[in-house]
Amino acid sequence: MADQTIPMPGTLDAERSRSAALLEWLHSWVITVDHKKLGILYIVYALVFLLIAGAEAMAIRIQLAIPHNHFLSPELYNEFFTMHGTTMVFLVGMTLIFGFGNYFVPLMVGARDMAFPRLNAFSFWMTAFGGLLLYFSFIGGFGMYGMGSAPDITWWAYAPLTAKAFSPGHSTDYWALALIVSGFGTLGAAINILATAFSMRCRGMTLLRMPLFVWLMVVASGDTLIVITPLTAAQVMLIIDRYLGGHFFDTQAGGSATVWMHFFWIFGHPEVYVLILPAFGIASEVIQVFSRKAIFGYPAMVAASVGIAFVSLSVWAHHMFTIGMTSVSNAFFALSTMMVGIPTGIKIFNWIATMWGGKIRFATPMLFCTAFLFQFLCAGLTGIMLAVAPWDWQLHNSYFVIAHFHYTLTGSFVFCFFAAIYYWFPKIIGRMLSEKLGKWHFWLFFIGFHMTFDTMHFVGMLGMPRSIYTFEPDRGWNTLNMIVSLGGFIQAIAVLILVWNIVDSFLHGPLAGNDPWDAWTLEWSTPSPPPPYNFATDPVVRSRRPLWDIKHPNDPDWKYER
Amino acid sequence: MWVTMQRRSIPLTRSQLFPLALAALGAMPSDAYGALTTPSILAPASTPAHQIYTLSQFVVLITGAIFVVVGGLLAFVIVRFRARKTDADHEPAQIYGSAQVELAWTVIPVLIVVVLFLTTARIIFAIQDAPKPQTAVDVTVVGHQFWWEFRYPKLGITTANELHIPVNSPSAARPTYLQLLSADVDHSFWVPQLGGKTDLIPNHPNQMWIDAEKPGLYLGQCAQFCGVEHAKMLLRVYADPPDQFAAWVKAQQRPAVQPDAQNAAAVAGRHVFETEACANCHTISGTTAKGTFGPDLTHLMSRATIASGIAPNTPGNLRSWIQDPNTLKPGALMPAMQLSDQETNQVVAYLATLQ
Repeated sequence: MADQTIPMPGTLDAERSRSAALLEWLHSWVITVDHKKLGILYIVYALVFLLIAGAEAMAIRIQLAIPHNHFLSPELYNEFFTMHGTTMVFLVGMTLIFGFGNYFVPLMVGARDMAFPRLNAFSFWMTAFGGLLLYFSFIGGFGMYGMGSAPDITWWAYAPLTAKAFSPGHSTDYWALALIVSGFGTLGAAINILATAFSMRCRGMTLLRMPLFVWLMVVASGDTLIVITPLTAAQVMLIIDRYLGGHFFDTQAGGSATVWMHFFWIFGHPEVYVLILPAFGIASEVIQVFSRKAIFGYPAMVAASVGIAFVSLSVWAHHMFTIGMTSVSNAFFALSTMMVGIPTGIKIFNWIATMWGGKIRFATPMLFCTAFLFQFLCAGLTGIMLAVAPWDWQLHNSYFVIAHFHYTLTGSFVFCFFAAIYYWFPKIIGRMLSEKLGKWHFWLFFIGFHMTFDTMHFVGMLGMPRSIYTFEPDRGWNTLNMIVSLGGFIQAIAVLILVWNIVDSFLHGPLAGNDPWDAWTLEWSTPSPPPPYNFATDPVVRSRRPLWDIKHPNDPDWKYER
Repeated sequence: MWVTMQRRSIPLTRSQLFPLALAALGAMPSDAYGALTTPSILAPASTPAHQIYTLSQFVVLITGAIFVVVGGLLAFVIVRFRARKTDADHEPAQIYGSAQVELAWTVIPVLIVVVLFLTTARIIFAIQDAPKPQTAVDVTVVGHQFWWEFRYPKLGITTANELHIPVNSPSAARPTYLQLLSADVDHSFWVPQLGGKTDLIPNHPNQMWIDAEKPGLYLGQCAQFCGVEHAKMLLRVYADPPDQFAAWVKAQQRPAVQPDAQNAAAVAGRHVFETEACANCHTISGTTAKGTFGPDLTHLMSRATIASGIAPNTPGNLRSWIQDPNTLKPGALMPAMQLSDQETNQVVAYLATLQ
């Protein structure tokens, strides 16, 4: 009698509960401290900003398709390229790495959550707030003077262009504050990844048995802790200059423009390694699984990653070869930059050696990773060209540089994260993405990418500088710029296919099961999507590929690993 | 020392192979005089530009070899080791690494870096620390939002946007040494055919030097974002044969031509110029106009373009520029002068006399 429920009036309750359920669902995302839900929030947030910054890039490419175009005003063009760069680095790049890091680092080390779940939620919401602050500048940038003014100071924001005298209104303030706020979120996320990897690993998982993705997230997080600090310091100095009468960068009052450059690039260069290292981690996982072989030279891969992170802290002034440093400084930074090529070369050779002798399945994740290998090879070689300081005096701030860093950030970083989406979507959502749409996405993006960025190298060598909203018709850049723009639109179509694929597969994709790729790391041992507690029992591992050991009891890894 | 700095002559075919290939694609137009209007780094025309170009060819050779070897390995692996339907069912042999192989592909890159670095360092020092010959021409370049000011301190000349330098001859080296300053924000001086770029940073004077092998016009533009009209901060360098350069110097050193009394419009235009706001920002030597915020107009008619190279120096363009600079260059710092049509015509008539 006591355990019987008393039936309540039906209709009213059902209507209320539908909206209540929606509210509860939304509420659950806002209050969540679950690393998987926060990971999804990060990734969705990054994809939304990827579309926004991609749209800005398309507007830029329409403007530059023909000389003397009037599609964008100079002011709007300058805002768009500033916002494109800032958004892609801080709101897409950083959030993608910490999104996937959040979701998969605990799963891959056999933990039930991140070390600090509440800090995790705090970090995400700080980052999210930073992004909103940045984009609010489109509405609030000129304060009471009117709307429609975003930062137009380039993403490296050289002083003294950012001083009150040259940048009135509030758009520069939004830029600086947004980066400070999202920087705090980034620091929290980095601390969390480090703490999780160092103290939450399951039994048997020594540091040298961590999956390479985890290792690379650790290295990237370590670099993050070091480099966000000078960025934040520089932003605080900028705000002090603008509002409290400071003269750090105020050249009219004896301040130094070059101090800003040093602060910014001490952050800015390691930052690109912070982005690319987790991409290396993804490539390391995907290449193993789809080549059906263990990674070649695991200890060397770890050492090379740490080496890259270390050397990357001493190369910043290669962004400053043209500011009039002494010849000795120029030579030093040329050398330190070239030295990055050594550990990077080791990694490329090890990936190729992993594929060597394998049975490579070219599913969509592997297609993206293979293209990444090719493009990263090219990016490394153009990087060496830019490290040759005298040649950099020519190439610096030309479209050659734009081509080079889009080879690293699009051709390498974005390609790897597209691979990650195809590889891990089944784990996160429980459904497979369409392979057919995936192949369309890959090939269109690949072709568009090469049309755009291969061509840009030549435009740069023909003397076209970056950051210009239009160009003269007699310079010989017309045809090439048209090709660059057309390639851009092809990439945009490919990204829309990805969006469609995600939406469609989320609703209708075939169920994935625990382990659709026949993979070897711990995240594939739990259901897809994983339950809130991740693992019903704490896993115990004896090697770097615990699922290989289970699948091949007669030939386990732990017998052979070095 | 200076003699060793001279460019070794590079066979035409090799040095121009790549630019010619691009030209074949219709990518490199020429102006009416047959000079290249593409500011290509692949068509060097000065000592430092040639040194950089030769260095870059060496770097391309090495990186090209790496590309062929590694790219070839990757292509081989993709083709040879792709999964096939005929494959046996079991997993491939697992190989965890090899100390010898890994050592080899660590040591070889180290050796490549050593070679590249030594070559690079040699050219850095050769260009950056080249001793300045007695015969060098000194020019102070001042970057402004969004135009270039050129002062020749030893010659007593001030001009804007179009730099004149003497052509170098192998027998008598006569490079131009640029002292780079900025009046406001960062800019960058880049004329690709004459050399690499160097930034103009306020409070941080920089130096660079250029010379030119052949007479002609060399194009460039500002290469560091400097504000709304950064894209239209173009740069023109004229390399003149020695006698022509001397004549140009002589002409520039004269004070401004006084308008002919018969030319009533010009006389009136001079009056307007001196009494309206024009004189606050512009200098015309020999008049009361002594402003320094805008370009020196003493010999305006000796320049082919106005507004930092964006429009030909024609009466029509001058007229629309004076009426509202924003029509040619939205965001230019010169205000619309609010002159009547008659006054505008008079000022244009006056400016047209400033040979």
